[in-house]
Amino acid sequence: MELLLQILISGFIIGAIYALGAAGLTIIFGVSGILNLAHGAIVVLAALVAWYCALQLHMGIYWGGLAGVAAAVVTTYVLYALVVLPLSRSRQMAADELPVFLFVATLLFALILQGLLEWFFGSTPVATPALIDGVIHIGGNTVPLNSVLIGVVAWMVLGGLWLFISFTRLGKAMLAASMSPRGLAIIGYDIGRIHLLVWGLYGLLAGIAGVLLASFIGASSGVAINLTATAFTIVILGGLGNVLGSLAAAYILGFLGTLTAFLIAPSLREIPGLCLLIIILYLRPQGLFGRH
Amino acid sequence: MNIAYAYWRTGLALLALIVTACLPAVTSSYYLLGVLTTAFYLAVYAMSWDLLFGYAGEVNFGPTFLIGLSAYAAGLCNTFLGWPVWVCIPIGTAAAMLGGLALVGPALRLKGPYFGLVTLVAVLLLGHAITIFSGYTGGEIGLALRDILTLSSTGNFYYALGLMAITAVVLRIVVRSPLGLILEASGQDSVATEALGFSVIKFKVLAFMLSALFSGLAGAMTVFYFGTASPGTVVVVAVTVQIIIATIIGGRRSIIGSILGAVFLVVAGEFLRPLGELSTTAVSILALLVLVFAPNGFISVFGRRGAR
Repeated sequence: MELLLQILISGFIIGAIYALGAAGLTIIFGVSGILNLAHGAIVVLAALVAWYCALQLHMGIYWGGLAGVAAAVVTTYVLYALVVLPLSRSRQMAADELPVFLFVATLLFALILQGLLEWFFGSTPVATPALIDGVIHIGGNTVPLNSVLIGVVAWMVLGGLWLFISFTRLGKAMLAASMSPRGLAIIGYDIGRIHLLVWGLYGLLAGIAGVLLASFIGASSGVAINLTATAFTIVILGGLGNVLGSLAAAYILGFLGTLTAFLIAPSLREIPGLCLLIIILYLRPQGLFGRH
Repeated sequence: MNIAYAYWRTGLALLALIVTACLPAVTSSYYLLGVLTTAFYLAVYAMSWDLLFGYAGEVNFGPTFLIGLSAYAAGLCNTFLGWPVWVCIPIGTAAAMLGGLALVGPALRLKGPYFGLVTLVAVLLLGHAITIFSGYTGGEIGLALRDILTLSSTGNFYYALGLMAITAVVLRIVVRSPLGLILEASGQDSVATEALGFSVIKFKVLAFMLSALFSGLAGAMTVFYFGTASPGTVVVVAVTVQIIIATIIGGRRSIIGSILGAVFLVVAGEFLRPLGELSTTAVSILALLVLVFAPNGFISVFGRRGAR
């Protein structure tokens, strides 16, 4: 019973962190049709910068966390300005080949980023200090307050994202861009600025996910590719471009991974997710919650 | 492209092959021969990958799935069953072809990046499997083999050069034949190809089998060249990236391009070695620059048709 509760709590928090990262990824795909393979590397960058600023530069965990998020946003814009934009405007390849080139380019960007991170921060896993101290007791289990806070923060950000998309003018424009970019351009919106907004939002979400991840289970430059695979599994499971679907998928994957980690071995955490991804792609390529 | 130009190109390729084959007679530098041997195996991977990517239009992020399957199948047969090299290499190749068959299913159902993800996941799962069964596979450290191809670096050089030449000739014949044309058509518009009465399934299966055959052969021979099979040399995503980079910077949809790209990549890697752990990063930066600013690769410099 206690084990079950522990799995539930742990799965709840890791699911929220997964959902944060995947939400950004799925929005980017919805609006610009780009599958960003540098996702894991950007999440890890935020985690490592937060750790470095908090512990090595003694800036404290809150400023460190902010620095981590800022680093993720800046790197995302670098990726957009130096790789995505020039490739999208290139006339040297056929239009139907562009997604593949972008896919490969983001993979290269991920490797460059990972190499630089390893060179600068080393490859040993790091964990940032807790955001707050103290524990609470839930049904006989001792849960660090920090974990609770991480879950709450993740859900607040997700709630904020929902409010932004549903109720603000910019958020609605973003949603419209994912449905019909041409229609949005016709009614007078600048698509280029929408893309800028979407990539910034993505960097923000990935950065927050990275900082929370570093505080919850720690991070190292080596896990970047696994984080990318997990995020993609979630996004595809939930249906590409479907934010609510990826929320549900993040939880399915979070609990599945936590169950495996607790009941079998922590090192096998990713395997059920990967198998699930292959089965889903075979049987229901549009995702569990996809429409077409 | 006129006929005289085509002859000129074939002649140039032959001349390059002869000059390369004479290299061991001129130089006795084991280092140079070793570097080129590695480059030739990479060229075979790149050509096999380009058959799927450039011609059949399949984004296969799992060339190392096929290579790794072959490498480990051959390696395990040699280490645990003690079978000789020339039995293990066909067994490894057969394993790669089985892996290729397993990939055809999703390739027919899924498009572009989706299929790419499946293949990427296949590689990650293979990596996990190697770690889980580390009792047999040696895990991260690798599997030490009982035998190797040959001790002489000249011998290894000729094995690699031979494999590369055979692969290049076979693939060149395939892609220039009507078969290659149908393959290219099915990659660009599979519905229209079906409507013309060609079975897309049949040609895709063939493309995957050919690609698996040559990457499997090269994968098995690579482990018998190194004397060890380890994830770092035949499975990890970094190897996939090398293959993709070699193909793209050389010029996709071009056999010679893949070879040029592979040789350039390995040689550039050697020159950048003083950078230490940053050398991979430097090569990636170089590749990204080429990808963004000259997506058609070196071969487009020689005035071949670029984009479709």
